Amino acid sequence: MKLALILSGLLLALFTASLCLGSVAITPVAALSALLGWGDPLHIMILQEIRLPRALLAAMVGGSLGLSGAAMQGYLRNPLAEPGLIGVSGAAALGAVIALQTGIATLFTLALPLSALLFALAAVGLILLLAGPRGGSMTLILAGIAISALAGALTALVLNLSPNPYAASEIIFWMMGSVADRSMEHVTLALPVMLLGWALLATLGRGLDALTLGEDAAGSLGISMSSLRLRLLIGTAAAVGAATAVAGAVGFVGLIVPHLLRRVTQGRPSALLWASTLGGASMVLAADITVRLVLPTRDLKLGVVMALIGAPLFLHLIYRTRKELP
Amino acid sequence: MTLLRLSDLTVTRGQCPVVDHVTLDIKADECVGLIGPNGSGKTTLMRAALGLLPHTGTSSLSQMSPRARAAQAAWLPQSREIAWPVTVESVVALGRLPHMPRGTRLRPEDQAAVDAALDRMGLTAFRHRLATELSGGEQARVLIARTLAQDTPLLMADEPIAGLDPAAQLSTLQVFADLAREGRAVLTSLHDLSLAARYCTRLILLHRGRLHADGPPATVLTPDTLAEVFHLRARVHMTDDGPLFQPLGVLS
Repeated sequence: MKLALILSGLLLALFTASLCLGSVAITPVAALSALLGWGDPLHIMILQEIRLPRALLAAMVGGSLGLSGAAMQGYLRNPLAEPGLIGVSGAAALGAVIALQTGIATLFTLALPLSALLFALAAVGLILLLAGPRGGSMTLILAGIAISALAGALTALVLNLSPNPYAASEIIFWMMGSVADRSMEHVTLALPVMLLGWALLATLGRGLDALTLGEDAAGSLGISMSSLRLRLLIGTAAAVGAATAVAGAVGFVGLIVPHLLRRVTQGRPSALLWASTLGGASMVLAADITVRLVLPTRDLKLGVVMALIGAPLFLHLIYRTRKELP
Repeated sequence: MTLLRLSDLTVTRGQCPVVDHVTLDIKADECVGLIGPNGSGKTTLMRAALGLLPHTGTSSLSQMSPRARAAQAAWLPQSREIAWPVTVESVVALGRLPHMPRGTRLRPEDQAAVDAALDRMGLTAFRHRLATELSGGEQARVLIARTLAQDTPLLMADEPIAGLDPAAQLSTLQVFADLAREGRAVLTSLHDLSLAARYCTRLILLHRGRLHADGPPATVLTPDTLAEVFHLRARVHMTDDGPLFQPLGVLS
């Protein structure tokens, strides 16, 4: 309960900070009143059309990645699992890259995220086909690796064949991941899909707790493993697919956040689900604020900063917990 | 009262039947030992009976919904897995999952069942320790306590006493025998024929997937059966402490 308050407070503080910080200096009071439609029309425009969607997307993307990371680690009973493992983010990135390359992305605002979502959906269909209805977690991992590799190869092929360096650099910058310059349209596209994903993943708590004792024991505790796996796959695909579609590839959140919060949730996978949602949202908001503060003129990418924060943090965690790892 | 009914239960791996047309009933008040050499199909028989493996023939448990089955039978798998650093008490509390309505915390009756299970396995002093930091044998006792907390009419365990110290082996089997005396039933696979003979009211002997013998320990553990199935020369002494089984040598 205390943890929920702390994490919600942190999220709220970072969300407010995200609204108050930017290239145009606006005082916090002016910013918050502009958000509600009072004051300088320019401020209202900046707050409602630039900063609000940016802050919302950062929180939504972070929450999706944190939640699906916690669910994936709980299902595979492996602290090194992350949501990208099943190939959904790789496939979504491929969809986006194809949209950029073919020029479909310029047809209308949402062409790129829609194409990415479509590919994420195709990936989860493929993984269900490959892993079969009764397969264990190992087949799922292997199918995921195969799909990731295929998506990576095809993405490289598209880059390889890109007609000019500008197209290639546009693709590369998109793949670094960012929530800058997004509109409310992106929010309204991603939110319903993410909500579906969150709703499915939120039902996994009991099953993931039981899985602490292994698949056989969980099966005998009244958990239907095939239903659990289906909800996990579709939920992750929806949440991570939508996140990648609007923000590009943002790594490490799904890996680091559950790891950081495991101790404070007493190792219970069900408690880790909501904690990682709040924690992930906070972490991406913090990274997005960092992007704006450190090199405001250079358009530093969120995914790059996330990896720069995430990788050393991960090394530290490994160092600290190496005694517990077999 | 019959708690488990298997008829013609068959599990094949490729062409080879691992469990071959096994028919049996387990009734209340029975502590049944499932014995047989390595690879005779003990684990497969129990997993198929629980519906964890595809099979032909019928098992009264595998026909139930997962939820109803969890209220009828608890299962202790052979692999002792505790994936996350959780306390002993919360591992044992996982046994209450099938009884708790969705989204609720432990109710007083659940807590009582957890406390009773911890007490029965002598783990009360360990309750706040992290289960992952205990020794292998202690973890095994924690997992047995989890199945006790599930509070089911039938308890099925796969080699529950492997890796336990002698005192823990005896006290675990005593708990199983007590459960049977309280009107429940236990089906447990065992390799220690001595302990099987002393604590079980009935033994089921599997040989190459088939039901080779079924009955009270004295009728199952005959010199002929032991020689044929286990390749053992052995003697069963009838003593005041119950039958004592002593292996004397291996037959080639």
